[in-house]
Amino acid sequence: MNHVTCHELIDFLMEYLDGELPPERRAIFERHLSICPSCVAYLQNYKATVEMGKKAMACDGDAVAEGVPQDLVAAILAARKG
Amino acid sequence: MLLTMESTQATAPPREANESALVARLRAGENGAYAELLAVYGPRLLATARRMMPVEEDAREAFQDAMLSAFKNISRFDENSKVSTWLHRIVVNACLMKLRSKRRRPETSIEPMLPAFLADGHQATPSVEWRNETALSLERRETRDLVRACIDRLPENYRIVLVLRDIEGVDTDEAATVLGMTANAVKTRLHRARQALRELLDPLIRSQQGADS
Repeated sequence: MNHVTCHELIDFLMEYLDGELPPERRAIFERHLSICPSCVAYLQNYKATVEMGKKAMACDGDAVAEGVPQDLVAAILAARKG
Repeated sequence: MLLTMESTQATAPPREANESALVARLRAGENGAYAELLAVYGPRLLATARRMMPVEEDAREAFQDAMLSAFKNISRFDENSKVSTWLHRIVVNACLMKLRSKRRRPETSIEPMLPAFLADGHQATPSVEWRNETALSLERRETRDLVRACIDRLPENYRIVLVLRDIEGVDTDEAATVLGMTANAVKTRLHRARQALRELLDPLIRSQQGADS
């Protein structure tokens, strides 16, 4: 096989980005990306999605600064003794 | 069931703690040591529980179960490990146990959230690249909340893989062990979860970009 469709490329996008494809397969993917702006956009948005997920769910500085709610601390310490 | 993951930045304690001394005090049963452990490590561990458990009450319960388990099993702590890593494993396991016991919502299919293709393999709707400055402007609370809401819309079996792998930094093999799946199944679920999240975000980001321009 010397070409891939958009469907095949998107199905194996994670392996491509993780560098897990064999060299000849990787070269076929890169050839497809060189002529398919839609797949390039998909790839960029896929990468942006991963980054956005990480950032959106990262530790909220305010929540961490607030610490563990006192009632929860008290409940845990009481349960330990109980 | 034990996680065997490497340390993760998500649980780095907020300040340098004298871990050996604290562990020794915990092992000696010193009352103040338990409160100190909660004060030093608790906030980031509770944040982990909240990321894994969308319902606040469930997150608090899982966090409490995890801390009590840590107190009880402090004798098993390996001094060669970091306390933060050990505690993170316990919290992740407690959350997974609670998720298994709850199963609040019926499992939905991820298929409708995946990209569609034409018979010839082309994308049914050609992709348009998001503008970086809008897509990644997560300083905006509304964008952050929007992303979190989309993650919460993922089917539970996919959401938890995405949170473990992309947010909590658990690697594929470790996630497979803790979830009772093969590594390949974890990879497939992670890719589909990311694809579905991309599909859910796409119209929202494009409409936001339209409003900004």
